[in-house]
Amino acid sequence: MSDVVHPVPVTTEPRGVRFLVILLVLSLVAVLLLAPLAAVFSEALADGLPAALQALAQPDARSAIGLTLLVAVITVPLNAAVGIAAAWAIARFDFRGKAFLVTLIDLPFSVSPVVAGLALVLLFGSNSTLGGWLITHDMRIVFALPGIILATLFVTFPFVARELIPVMIEQGRAEEEAALTLGASGWRAFRTVTLPNIRWALLYGVLLCNARAMGEFGAVAVVSGKIRGETTTMPIMVEMLYNEYLATAAFSLAAALALLALVTLALKSLLEWRHADLLAATRRH
Amino acid sequence: MNIDIEDLTKSFGAQTALHPVSLTIPSGALVALLGPSGSGKTTLLRILGGLEIPSAGRVRFDGQDATGLRVQDRRAGFVFQHYALFRHMTVFENIAYGLRARPRRSRPTKAEIDRRVLRLLDLIQLPDIGPRYPSQLSGGQRQRVALARALAIDPRMLLLDEPFGALDAKVRKDLRQGLREIHDSTGLTTVFVTHDQDEAMELADVVVVMSMGRIEQVGPPVELRSRPASRFVEMFLAR
Repeated sequence: MSDVVHPVPVTTEPRGVRFLVILLVLSLVAVLLLAPLAAVFSEALADGLPAALQALAQPDARSAIGLTLLVAVITVPLNAAVGIAAAWAIARFDFRGKAFLVTLIDLPFSVSPVVAGLALVLLFGSNSTLGGWLITHDMRIVFALPGIILATLFVTFPFVARELIPVMIEQGRAEEEAALTLGASGWRAFRTVTLPNIRWALLYGVLLCNARAMGEFGAVAVVSGKIRGETTTMPIMVEMLYNEYLATAAFSLAAALALLALVTLALKSLLEWRHADLLAATRRH
Repeated sequence: MNIDIEDLTKSFGAQTALHPVSLTIPSGALVALLGPSGSGKTTLLRILGGLEIPSAGRVRFDGQDATGLRVQDRRAGFVFQHYALFRHMTVFENIAYGLRARPRRSRPTKAEIDRRVLRLLDLIQLPDIGPRYPSQLSGGQRQRVALARALAIDPRMLLLDEPFGALDAKVRKDLRQGLREIHDSTGLTTVFVTHDQDEAMELADVVVVMSMGRIEQVGPPVELRSRPASRFVEMFLAR
């Protein structure tokens, strides 16, 4: 058989269709994802790199960057720990109200962040009983760091749990049980068997959680009171600078925020690339 | 080690998995728990291994009450239905897991662990697969690795849940022989769960026929065939 009658395997689409689909996706990605990013960076660098860096070095900008990093450093580990616990409970045990708990975990996805922020103000603000008591005891929640952290925790709560639950359900209990029968303590089984099995899902959940924690605007805007240099996180500072027509400063800070997100993405890709062998080997057999 | 099971019951919520069952497994026996799915055989095995807590009744190991004994302290070598090998560890690490998990004072030295893992790899006749991952093994190889991992903790008994369930016919026959040989050379009290009557009749010294959470009959294969105690046993063995 020297002449090939069907150069295209019967299972693939005609070349033209494939080309069109790929082109469609690429152009959508370009318009929706790449163009805005490029616009932010070009606007930030419109007056040159030194001007952009100088804008970032302003005390208010530096304090905003510091605050955003601080909030992420506190909320991400907390939500990772609670997310693991929640996913563990849901995937491994049967208990009353489990379906309700799953719905509850999703709540922050469906509630507008502004509403969440307002709820926190109502709960802890000076007009509430609890808030009044807290203020007389010199504990400030609203318009201070604790409020920002609470708001961020609320908004980013589902990310880790949502990533882990399907993975843990799919993997089942057998490997953990095997570890126990071999004499491992519950903690050792968790550390040496459960955690390695969920690490990619966990990493992905943590990265999403981190991105949202640093980028959250609505809920934080309400509870923070936008006190310049004190309770302004990066996204809020960006908005304030933009409203004050300080384009270079606003876009420099926005570009820095985008860079933080890009760094986390790059980190994830790097890890995946370096552990590609192990990833392939540990796929479900 | 001999195992005494006295009036053991287990319910999951409103569902009863085991009605009171009593059974004595003599030391060194190779016993099959045989029955259709839902007969309670896996529940019974998991109770012996400490993975389920019975609702009532007692389990004794060598006369000593073991009903509330922690799973870690039972020294029961457990082979899971789909083997449950640790997929992120090599075969060597899988087999060494139980030894490394021991408290420091009773943990063997690194050299001793190496030696014992290699000996177990020899025992299951797969001396060269130590560096491989479970996903790179065939079904039969995985089953033997799971057996080696269970044997590594120097168990007092061997519990196997459908050990041949996921294998094709040819491999099944070979591994049945393999399990018989390992049982005979270690002398371990061995209990395995199966729904395949050929497997139970060919391999076990004693077959326990179960149905709907009850034990229908206990006896050597020949006796079950010649004198089935109930219509169910007769029907099930005749399939």
